[in-house]
Amino acid sequence: MSASPILSAFRQALTEAWAGGAGALMPLGFFAGAAVLVPLGIGTDPDTLRAVGPGILWVALALASLVTLERIFQADVEDGALDLWLQTGAPASMIAAAKAFAHWLTAGLPLAILSPIFALMFQAKADTSLLTHMGLYALGGLAFFFWGGVGAALSATVRRGGLLISLIALPLYVPTAIFGALAMSGGPGSTGAPLFLAASTLFALAVAPFAMGAALRLAAD
Amino acid sequence: MFSWFANPHRFLTLSSWLAPICYALGALLIAWSLWQGLWIVPKDEYQGGDIMRVMFLHVPAAWLAMASYMGMAVMSFIWFIWRHEVADIAAKAIAPLGATWTALCLATGSIWGKPTWGTWWQWDDARMMSVLFMFFLFLGYMALRAAMDTRQKAARAGAILAMVGAINVPLIKFSVDLFTSLHQDASVITVDGPKMAAVYLWPLLASGLGHSLLFAGLVMTLMRAEIWQRRAAQIRARLMAGD
Repeated sequence: MSASPILSAFRQALTEAWAGGAGALMPLGFFAGAAVLVPLGIGTDPDTLRAVGPGILWVALALASLVTLERIFQADVEDGALDLWLQTGAPASMIAAAKAFAHWLTAGLPLAILSPIFALMFQAKADTSLLTHMGLYALGGLAFFFWGGVGAALSATVRRGGLLISLIALPLYVPTAIFGALAMSGGPGSTGAPLFLAASTLFALAVAPFAMGAALRLAAD
Repeated sequence: MFSWFANPHRFLTLSSWLAPICYALGALLIAWSLWQGLWIVPKDEYQGGDIMRVMFLHVPAAWLAMASYMGMAVMSFIWFIWRHEVADIAAKAIAPLGATWTALCLATGSIWGKPTWGTWWQWDDARMMSVLFMFFLFLGYMALRAAMDTRQKAARAGAILAMVGAINVPLIKFSVDLFTSLHQDASVITVDGPKMAAVYLWPLLASGLGHSLLFAGLVMTLMRAEIWQRRAAQIRARLMAGD
């Protein structure tokens, strides 16, 4: 047992992702599935794919964050780990933030790193903009996982809370989705969009942990 | 001040006469504004001819959609800080009604939009998006409360979500505002005073007040039902315990 419950929650989330059932690969598979199905669904015209590609990847990233979130706090409530962490007097918000961050590291960051490959599948031009986009996906993904974590923490005691998480998280995802899409469009008004995206992510990092912490204390009651 | 209202018994006595007054005044005002709006005011060709008469339903619905979310968030806040049960009962009662008026706003807006803008729905319009996401916040709030095992847990989870939603509403609004808007600008509450002709303004204000009163009356009735339900549950529990 490690000294700090925050560190222990972080480590546990990381090891959990790689242990049994390939949990960390699930969002990746989801992301890849969406990327492969889209050209089959909307047609293979290169110009169309190039136009919709970045947006599709944003949607896939948001949905991929949702598919794994259902279990992020539920397991801790069921096996009593949450109670133990809270008994040490550690702030619930920091434990929740550590878990959401670990979750982003194992499920969100890999998607962002692989995004250039998927972008190429969508006929994007191979230039440095792919790396910029990678950074934007990583930044936006962080906000997705923190807001999604709020939904997950609130429905931690609810069986089959997946639909509930989506319903709660959807409105909270809106600013990130819009700023992200604007930042990538390169159109008029897009120059400040990466900064707005960064600001909305910072906002999520500042606010979401407290909501998650309050929800976790509720779940532990 | 909150504590004075927090007494369920005081609330029951207050609402027993206040709710009927709200219904009566609200019905009168809505009836007058509809009569004015449908038969008396001249139609405005620039806003699509006769279809603009839907304004007397659409604009009050939009006001109430925003006000009811604010009300729900404030009630949740009061409950979260002071644990006044009446505040939670109010937040719970506001949610389905707020969702109804929000849906009404979306529906009438679409009906007005089709003949004037040529489309039922425009994705890059800021206000449509904000109202749609507010509708989702209401749905999420109700679904979350319904999913919790106990009343206390439902109240706590609901309050957290309503407050998180409320601090996000400005951000959502700002992000969708970055898009260009088809929707006309605000024309009632502006710095220079109302830009609307008085012949439209008075029925519109009457309609807004009427809908607010109707809303308030319905909230009180739902709250009364909830309080009686809780009392009935208590009595049943006492009987079961053989007391």
